[in-house]
Amino acid sequence: MSGAAIAVAAPSRRGWRQRLTGATPYLLLAPGLLWLVVFFIWPTIQMFLMSLSSGSLDDGFKLTWSIDAYQTAFGKFPKQMGNSLLYGGLATIFDFLIGFPVAYTVAFRGGRYKNLLLFLVIAPFFTSFLIRTISWKTLLGDEGPVLGFLKHALGVVPADFTVIGTPIAVVAGLTYNFLPFMILPLYVALEKIDPRLIEAANDLYANRWAAFRRVTFPLALPGVFAGSILTFIPALGDYVNATLLGNPQTQMIGNVIQGRFLVQNDYPVAAALSFILMAAILIAVTIYARLLGTEQLTG
Amino acid sequence: MATATAEGVITRASAPNRIGRAVEHWALPAVTAVAMIYLLIPIVVMIIFSFNDYQGKFNFIWHGFTLYGWLHPLDWPGLPNSLTNSLLIAFVSTVVATVLGTLIGLSLTRYQFRARGAINGLIFLPMATPEIVLGSSLLTLFVSTALPPLNGIVPRGSLFPLGLTTILIAHVMFNISYVVVTVKARLAGFDRHLEEAAMDLGANEWTTFWRVTFPLIFPGVMAAALLAFSLSIDDFVITNFVSGTTNTFPIWVWGIIKNALPVQINVVGSIVFLSAVAFVALTTLRSGRAARIR
Repeated sequence: MSGAAIAVAAPSRRGWRQRLTGATPYLLLAPGLLWLVVFFIWPTIQMFLMSLSSGSLDDGFKLTWSIDAYQTAFGKFPKQMGNSLLYGGLATIFDFLIGFPVAYTVAFRGGRYKNLLLFLVIAPFFTSFLIRTISWKTLLGDEGPVLGFLKHALGVVPADFTVIGTPIAVVAGLTYNFLPFMILPLYVALEKIDPRLIEAANDLYANRWAAFRRVTFPLALPGVFAGSILTFIPALGDYVNATLLGNPQTQMIGNVIQGRFLVQNDYPVAAALSFILMAAILIAVTIYARLLGTEQLTG
Repeated sequence: MATATAEGVITRASAPNRIGRAVEHWALPAVTAVAMIYLLIPIVVMIIFSFNDYQGKFNFIWHGFTLYGWLHPLDWPGLPNSLTNSLLIAFVSTVVATVLGTLIGLSLTRYQFRARGAINGLIFLPMATPEIVLGSSLLTLFVSTALPPLNGIVPRGSLFPLGLTTILIAHVMFNISYVVVTVKARLAGFDRHLEEAAMDLGANEWTTFWRVTFPLIFPGVMAAALLAFSLSIDDFVITNFVSGTTNTFPIWVWGIIKNALPVQINVVGSIVFLSAVAFVALTTLRSGRAARIR
């Protein structure tokens, strides 16, 4: 360091300034990255160590490298893990089935209403996630606007019919809450497509369906990828919908993690479950990226 | 196929085309309309039920119209305090995350250095991690500083007592990535010749940044800040893990709905929604007018 300083001592002011300029990118990065390392990377490592520890909150935890927590996690909660995969997967599929036509319509047929339609898509974000879910509870309630009407005014539904507390309500809530996350990336991908490509396909005797299947859809795949992981990841870890709209049988892995951490203080098992969830997502995203062949498009 | 006559090709192509046109003209708009209703119905329900003269503790069933909720919007124990906390946390975490994230965005878009790929990955990871994992790992850190490497050095839980500080730390953490991504998107189309021109005209780097670069990226920074603010004020899952006994608005709502559903929840939700809509409408009108002048 000092040797280098002496070597460039002749044009001294310039040398310092240049060296500072060379360090600029790192100086700009440092504070933000430090925050992420201390409050994202380090906690993740801590959680991993916690999952291999034993003890209790009162007596303190000791790192024993035991895998008991993982055995408990896999042994006791297969039902909740299955629920998470099933409900999260279903919500993602429903969101795709609803979201793709919507994104397609806004991108290609939105015309001068495009911005208004996009605004309507993100409007739910202006309301708290919890309040929206409570709204669904009101809406789907046994005597709520929908069922109350069907039961008493029309009489087409038996009086003891109920939606709240069933898997249907949980999946409906998940589908609703994450739908904008599906529509927006799909819209961005579809909007980018050069309409001349579709015209070219039509000129080459592709009918609408063939042009869609062979040109539009493949070009929209990055959006499909981004949209489905943005929907699937939060849906998989969610516990708000399962708590508010479900019953004890519809609990998801998030409910268990939440309960173990905040109610039972069973940190090792909760940490193991969190880690399993993270690993499952990483594996799922990797396989999915391979299948779609879009891994180079996500970076 | 190859031997089909020209007429054969035309008739075969036109039947799917007719269906395709019908789908494009009728089915797609219909699906979109239904989806929009699906997206907006809970908000409409929230607003309508803010006028409900409900009986008992739970505002679930319609009983009649009243303005009571709107005349007493904060009349519930703990509500004003949780709202103040929410606004304070959202404001501070937005400012900190926007500054840190903008610096990272600047560094990543305008400098070439070796670790860029790894840093992009590090920025992406928190967004790809479920909130529950982010929250629970932070809680593990905050309460268990007694695990290696700090065991024996720091008494357990003393480094980060749960409360406003830990909520702020968490909100800044999850907001940084969103700010970086938003600012990077704005910087992608940035014309660096403008900066060179300023330097050629004798401006130093500091002046160039504040007089040329910053005004040009300001809309991106503003968009990032708004996103950060709305993510922070609405966050429930992560906050629930690190809040201890401190209430933010979502935490307060979560705590109260087990025993009651006061109309004030709907009123506050409606006020937030309507002011956000008004804000967006105003900025759109203003930018529309600016574009027309230009």
